[in-house]
Amino acid sequence: MAEEVKLIRTWSSPFALRIVWALKLKGIEFETVLEDLASKSPLLLQSNPVHKKVPVLVHNGKPVSESLVILEYIEETWKEKPLLPEDPYEKASSRFWAKFSDEKLLPSVWTVFISQGNKQEEALVPALENLQFIEEQLEGKKFFGGEKIGLLDLAIGWMADMVSVLEEVTGLKLIQEDKFPLLSAWIEIFADVPEIKESGAPREKLISKFQAIRDAYAATK
Amino acid sequence: MGGSEVILLDFWASMFGMRVRIALAEKGIEYEFKEEDLVNNRSPFLSKMNPVHKKIPVLIHNGKPVCESLIAVQYIDEVWKGKAPLLPSDPYQRAQARFWGDFIDKKVYDHGAKIWKTKGAEQEESKKGLIECLKLLEGELGDKPYFGGESFGYLDIALVPFYSWLYTYETFGKFSVEAECPTLIGWVKRCMDKESVSKSLADPLKVHDLVLLLKKKHGLE
Repeated sequence: MAEEVKLIRTWSSPFALRIVWALKLKGIEFETVLEDLASKSPLLLQSNPVHKKVPVLVHNGKPVSESLVILEYIEETWKEKPLLPEDPYEKASSRFWAKFSDEKLLPSVWTVFISQGNKQEEALVPALENLQFIEEQLEGKKFFGGEKIGLLDLAIGWMADMVSVLEEVTGLKLIQEDKFPLLSAWIEIFADVPEIKESGAPREKLISKFQAIRDAYAATK
Repeated sequence: MGGSEVILLDFWASMFGMRVRIALAEKGIEYEFKEEDLVNNRSPFLSKMNPVHKKIPVLIHNGKPVCESLIAVQYIDEVWKGKAPLLPSDPYQRAQARFWGDFIDKKVYDHGAKIWKTKGAEQEESKKGLIECLKLLEGELGDKPYFGGESFGYLDIALVPFYSWLYTYETFGKFSVEAECPTLIGWVKRCMDKESVSKSLADPLKVHDLVLLLKKKHGLE
């Protein structure tokens, strides 16, 4: 029976990118539907009427929204090359840190990069604290998933390219190797995984995009 | 089989804590309820068990903490597999349940909190927001007896504790959920017929008294 897997995404969404990684790591064939959020397609509005956001995975015509929910759906539907550990406690831990990444870590890092001057200094405090929590999770591990890449690596994977892009745009080095040795090492090996390496958005395009966003925020002050 | 030690660090009025209580009751698990006095002082024990968020509920199983209520509910479902499955077995149904659970966490809680914390236009907006969310959830319920279909499950557990807070929202927001979402109230009554729910939910009048106390304490009158 033919499987139809479509991924509605934008070229730059880090949330959508984690789905690309999961599908590639599992060897699942899929079709990308590129979305322009300034002019949302009927397909997107129909597939995610509640949030009208990307990514949306459409599997045999049935839509699944919210990237962490999609990752778990992929994990449970295509059981080869598991991304989650078997042990319920380890699973709960992966879920906890994935949620932390989306609800605390990413917003705190983002705030650092859109702020200027004093506000940026203030924003650094929670961001560094959150990074420290994540650093500790890598203790004794190669990937967050252990020996192999796992769901939590995919959830935190936005750090691998986005942070260096943001660092270049602002000139602020957030993940200093002496302060975050494990995270720095992880960023390198994660980015080197073939499925990850071949999937990233063009760096120059990302730099232009984030430069424009940062300039817009600076202009509103 | 050796005894397993289950402790729930909780606060009587927390709708998030109630979710975990219901899940434990559904599975017939014996546990120690440890009350945190959130009105006055967070205990050092809570900070140790949940250093990242310092929030309840925390499910502590054989000394190991599981934080975030819906993560704890999934953990309970996976560890105590034999009885009363909480999540459906089909991956697509599971994804839908997780999606709406996430929706409740992101939208219902925030709107509800703003209803009693704010006044005027902001309060009115939150009230509209809450009613909109409840209507969407009512649509998702449809004519099923429970969100899970024939059996009570994860999504029912995620939402029903908010019933303890509805009287408070309605009183401060000056509206009636039953008038806006009669099917949802029908579902609440059906859930309250279950001992696992009726014994886990806080008394709505006591919750209202608590909110009066909190408003006074934080100068929100």
